[in-house]
Amino acid sequence: MARSTKLKILWLQSITCNGNTHSFFSHPNFMTLMQKFEVIYHPILDSKYSLDNVINKKLTCDILVLEGAFRETGMQKADREIYEIAKSYAKKAKHVITVGNCSTFGGVFRLYDPESIGGFCFNDETPNEAYKLFKRKLISLPGCPAHPRWIGNLLSMILSQRQILLDNFHRPIEVYGYSAHAGCPRNEYFEWKVDSKNYGHKEGCLFYEYGCQAPYTHANCNKILWNEVSSKTRVGTPCFGCTEPYFPKKDLWHTNTLMGIPATMPMDVPRRAYLTITGIAKSFSIKRLNEPIIKYKK
Amino acid sequence: MKAETKRSKKKESIIKAALTLFSLNGFHKTTIPDIARRIGMSTGNIYNYFASKDILAQEIIKYTSEVLGTEIRKINQQKTLSTHEKIHKIVEVYFTMATKKPEMIEYFLRVYLSHREVFVGECDKMICVAGFITEIMIFFADGVECGDLRDQDFFSAFGLFMGYLGGMAFLNGEAILPRALEDYIDDIAYNIYNALKT
Repeated sequence: MARSTKLKILWLQSITCNGNTHSFFSHPNFMTLMQKFEVIYHPILDSKYSLDNVINKKLTCDILVLEGAFRETGMQKADREIYEIAKSYAKKAKHVITVGNCSTFGGVFRLYDPESIGGFCFNDETPNEAYKLFKRKLISLPGCPAHPRWIGNLLSMILSQRQILLDNFHRPIEVYGYSAHAGCPRNEYFEWKVDSKNYGHKEGCLFYEYGCQAPYTHANCNKILWNEVSSKTRVGTPCFGCTEPYFPKKDLWHTNTLMGIPATMPMDVPRRAYLTITGIAKSFSIKRLNEPIIKYKK
Repeated sequence: MKAETKRSKKKESIIKAALTLFSLNGFHKTTIPDIARRIGMSTGNIYNYFASKDILAQEIIKYTSEVLGTEIRKINQQKTLSTHEKIHKIVEVYFTMATKKPEMIEYFLRVYLSHREVFVGECDKMICVAGFITEIMIFFADGVECGDLRDQDFFSAFGLFMGYLGGMAFLNGEAILPRALEDYIDDIAYNIYNALKT
């Protein structure tokens, strides 16, 4: 049998909820895409090798995908520390992809024990020891979960040897160069400072009261949409900022304010500039934006 | 001098003359010809700069707001000052202005607050005092962020701070205060800080 020339993917899980795996399964062209690779191991997909093989045999892989948060000791699989296994494969792989917020920054699990649990290469925004070793091959895909197309597009770019430009957290700019605010249909309400009255409403902006972090979150969710149709803010739920190192913040449903002023400004917007524009916008009451979009007959 | 610079200097001289007359004689009793006479300009020429007395009045409040806002901005930008020290400096700026340039504060109290019918449309709500309000908002936000001030609704803090200063300036303008306005700076700064602190 001819030896496979496909790029080999090894997908390892550490402390995880499986969310990124399941997200990836929702990729509209999942089967077509994955046929272009050889999956040597995935914890859920049928794959060539078992976990025991991964741990005990010295396999080779081109792309190492890591899912879940890490701790140096105390998270074992088949009697071996998963952190050590991940590091040994990371040394040999051409690309190391941390998929999801947990494997990138530590995510939800880091809250349980910030002293020992973190991302593979970052603890929140701080690079750790592994970063020094793997920064040249590291690509971060934070999200809770990562969007299926972020994973799919990255694998396609690697396959076609496209140049992948990264930001300071090694996130592909193609995805994370946008703010989650871009493309939100509530932008008109944001411009005129009209608050949403509650969750799930068609009208109003969720930035002022309901904790929406989209104006300072790097992601293209409102550009490419989820399941090809929607996003959190489109259905009236705040963006939780899940692609950022400080995720999850406390009080996800509440905007932190300093005497009425949002504590965090939209990305790169100076507070003085924001307040000047806000003060003027708030002085005008745009009737259309204060009425229901659809007035149902009773 | 470039034409544009010359024009803006002329505008400012009209604003300053009008500010003095409005504050001294009242908004309704002051006419455009009065303002023109004061700066040796023809009445018709004033209208080349301001289309109406109401528009002139709106420009004046923007001007005074910017002047006061610029002073508070300088205080906000001094990152080494404590919140108490900032309050002290803001009170000082306000009372110095009320003493040395009383027309600036008088205009706010006796024209802007008393003739709300003039400050509508493009001057609705707080648009024309945004320069000043923005700096006060930044002062409060910085105070809460560093843990010195208690987080609360902006207007409850704003009313306490600026209502207090405005009230004292008004009493001073009416010659009711037994002492000079600057003699009250320490006590008033202390009171404001204690009322707003965490």
